[in-house]
Amino acid sequence: MSTVLEVRNLETRFETHEGTVYAVNGVSFQLDEGETLGIVGESGCGKSVTMLSLLGLIPTPPGVIAGGQAFFLGRDLLKMAEEEIRMIRGSQISMIFQDPMTSLNPVLTIGDQIREPLEEHLNMVAAQSKQRAIELLNLVGITDGASHLDDYPFQFSGGMRQRVMIAMALACSPTILIADEPTTALDMTIQAQIIELVKDLRKELGMAIIWITHDLGIIAGLAHRVMVMYAGYVVERAMVEDLYEHPSHPYTRGLLGSLPRVDAESDKDLVNIEGMPPDLLTKPVGCPFAPRCQYVLSRCREENPVLDELKNGHELACWWDIDRHKPRYGR
Amino acid sequence: MTNYIIRRILGLIPVLFGVSFLVFFLIRLIPGDPVVVMLGDRASAEDVARVREELGFNKPLHLQYFSFMGQLLQGNLGKSIIHHTQVVDELKYRLPATIEMVTWALMLGVLVGVSVGVVSAVKRNSVFDIVGMIGALLGVSMPIFWLALVLIYALAVNNKILPPSGRINVEMFVDRKTGFLFLDTLLMGDIQATLNVIWHLILPVAVLSTVIMPPLARITRACMLDVLNQDYVRTARAKGLAERVVVIKHALKNALLPVITIIGGQLGGLLGGAILTETIFSWPGMGTWAYQAILGRDYPIVQASVLVSATIFVFVNLAVDILYAVLDPRIRYN
Amino acid sequence: MPFSTRASVITKKEQTMATTTDIEMLAQQGILARKPRSLWGDAWRRLRYSITARIGMVIAAIIVLTAILAPIVDPYNPKLDSNLDISRQPPSAQHIFGTDRLGRDIFRRIVHGASLSLSVGVVAVATAGIAGTILGLVSGYFGGATDMVIMRIMDIMMAFPSMLLAIAIVAVRGTGLFNTIIAISVVGIPNYARLVRSMVLSIREREYILASHMVGVRTPVIILRHVLPNSLSPIIVSATMGIGGAILTAAALGFLGLGAQPPAPEWGAMIGDGVPFLRQTPHMVFIPGMAIMLTVLGFNLLGDGLRDALDPQMRE
Repeated sequence: MSTVLEVRNLETRFETHEGTVYAVNGVSFQLDEGETLGIVGESGCGKSVTMLSLLGLIPTPPGVIAGGQAFFLGRDLLKMAEEEIRMIRGSQISMIFQDPMTSLNPVLTIGDQIREPLEEHLNMVAAQSKQRAIELLNLVGITDGASHLDDYPFQFSGGMRQRVMIAMALACSPTILIADEPTTALDMTIQAQIIELVKDLRKELGMAIIWITHDLGIIAGLAHRVMVMYAGYVVERAMVEDLYEHPSHPYTRGLLGSLPRVDAESDKDLVNIEGMPPDLLTKPVGCPFAPRCQYVLSRCREENPVLDELKNGHELACWWDIDRHKPRYGR
Repeated sequence: MTNYIIRRILGLIPVLFGVSFLVFFLIRLIPGDPVVVMLGDRASAEDVARVREELGFNKPLHLQYFSFMGQLLQGNLGKSIIHHTQVVDELKYRLPATIEMVTWALMLGVLVGVSVGVVSAVKRNSVFDIVGMIGALLGVSMPIFWLALVLIYALAVNNKILPPSGRINVEMFVDRKTGFLFLDTLLMGDIQATLNVIWHLILPVAVLSTVIMPPLARITRACMLDVLNQDYVRTARAKGLAERVVVIKHALKNALLPVITIIGGQLGGLLGGAILTETIFSWPGMGTWAYQAILGRDYPIVQASVLVSATIFVFVNLAVDILYAVLDPRIRYN
Repeated sequence: MPFSTRASVITKKEQTMATTTDIEMLAQQGILARKPRSLWGDAWRRLRYSITARIGMVIAAIIVLTAILAPIVDPYNPKLDSNLDISRQPPSAQHIFGTDRLGRDIFRRIVHGASLSLSVGVVAVATAGIAGTILGLVSGYFGGATDMVIMRIMDIMMAFPSMLLAIAIVAVRGTGLFNTIIAISVVGIPNYARLVRSMVLSIREREYILASHMVGVRTPVIILRHVLPNSLSPIIVSATMGIGGAILTAAALGFLGLGAQPPAPEWGAMIGDGVPFLRQTPHMVFIPGMAIMLTVLGFNLLGDGLRDALDPQMRE
């Protein structure tokens, strides 16, 4: 199993008139071939910005990639020129977004939009790209693709539009598919369909997937490993079963606890995470989660915990040992 | 699509009728006897009676309207009270003069305005953007008759680079088939005359285009900025498309929709500006014709001018509506 | 309905910010969570922050002060001012802007012209605004036949080029300051009527209106208390820009000899006076034009700043 993507210490900031927004603060992770990595965290925690930074999609007047490296098949994405990275976008690394209503261009036909990456990256001519577009539509479950090529996005339902997005993203058989909350804007039943579709495609095409969501419930059946982010930091990372069985960061616990469970005792309340989302305009001293943490120590306010390996690939950034109820002294 | 066009055309009919009503009633809205208003207070009683008979003001109102509409549909717009010539004849001469100038001004204004707007949006906060927007602000704030005079002073009065008035050198002959001198000279094959026509067109067209150029630049910029921020533009970039494709094919097409709407709305200002421009450049068009007629109370000419310009306006708006539907599939399918 | 429907597109686009701050853009893209803010406090903050708005405020303030104070500080009777000995002098130490055809000091006439232009601008816009708002409220709220009739009339009015309509009104009523004001305000009414009507339509369906209805609040009260305050900001923006437009139209009418009659120091008329002497003494044409441009610029900048500051997008 080779590593397709290795990110080290990615830092992204936004220099605005009202101050510097510290969106991504030293994020590192690895992605292996064919692996599905889930990234979980609340809105604004930096998960999207991380991905957009990798692809050079951050608007660079306010945005600045302040540091780090991102090795894709041996080359550092962050050091690439625009023309180089443009070749990778849409062909080797594709991204799909949250809202299929607004993510497709309303005045272009879906056939046109699917054919664009084919003609741009694979140099197909019109006849070829049309044929391939129909195949792709078939692949994502839209049979009779030929008749849909000249349709416009507004003529489709949300679920179908998301399928079109997926077809577009997989057009050039990318190595990595980045999915930024693709099901959040959809109905529950449609959500399930799309997830099933992605799983089938994964089996068939074997691409690696980064799936971003704030919903821990989805990740369970989908990802191999999960990474939890907060305020631009990675706070916990583990294989998916391990994370669900032994969530070790107070934030992760909070996220899991706020999920309704079938087997929960009926008199147990849903756990709420107290407090407000972090203010990204100030670089925190100490752990960013400290203001909301019920286990907070004085050390937490002074020193930001480093991401440390516990065992079996389970990484954690926290000063508190939640299972043994005592502070964890860093190694 | 055809359905849509037909519906729109049908929708125009009430508006056109409304315009004809308004034009018909305009003179009668003035307190007092309309014929006296037309001829002035010092007209003799016989003159008043004669004109009243001539113009049919002595008949009951609805009959007047019918005869008005009847004559209209036959292409008879009446006779000038002052010059005693057929209004239609003068119209054939005046209308193309104005349309020629306005069309060129529209094209120039749209071309430059939209381009500046797009580039300003793409290169937001750059020197080009700032200079462009300052220029647009100044353009929107200046009286165009003043701009015309300044340019005339700079280029025509002392330096004679461009002519200060007229459509063509007086001594040149043109076989006026269409009334559009640019076309007529081309049809005649007289290139020198064509160049002369262009030479005369430059200043008035440039001045008139400043009526729409600055607002277009600002609105295009605003629309482009709005569109460039949209999710589907991000998707287009994420697909690895070239930036030029993203800007023109994905962004501009969407941004143009509201811009086109606004062009339609700016048309009124363009026609108004035409009046002033024609006055300053002694351009023999509808603007000066209507203006003199209004002051001279030459009612049939006023009536005809208002009718013609309103009708043109209405049809241009129709064209804009249809263009909008062509560009935006969502409108077509509804 | 060709014009009126497109009107709401124009309105919305005019509300699109020409200058978006970066934080707002980031918030729009879901990168930042938005903090709740109050509309007016926010608006004032953004107004102060924008350089162009500040410049506009300064210019507008200077013009307004000049217009108000001039007749008090320096009572001016133009009929008594002419001095043919010094006619058509270029700018000099005694006469900063030179003199005109009748030897009158142009600087003084410009200063007093401010009162004229500003009064036309403000009164015409206020009249058009109030009349248009009432029409828009009635049209939008009652709908049906009332709406159709009113909007058709507005459409027809907008089918005429505004200059032509203004000239026609002046031709009917005669020249002079008062009639100029009437002409310009009539021409401006459809703009406010459309604007207010589209605001009413969008607000009418909102839940708190329906709730108010159910609780038994009477129609006029609903209009006054709910609809009007919400429509206020686009009206204010349009009105500020409208003052600039009104001043330009008034100047055009003055230039054509249809406005305030000589010897009144109307800026457009002053330009008209200078045209025969363009070659020899261009200052007579240039200077009043610059005054017009500066004034209109000030109000346009202010209007722009207000539009950005009051942008409803931020509230949603």
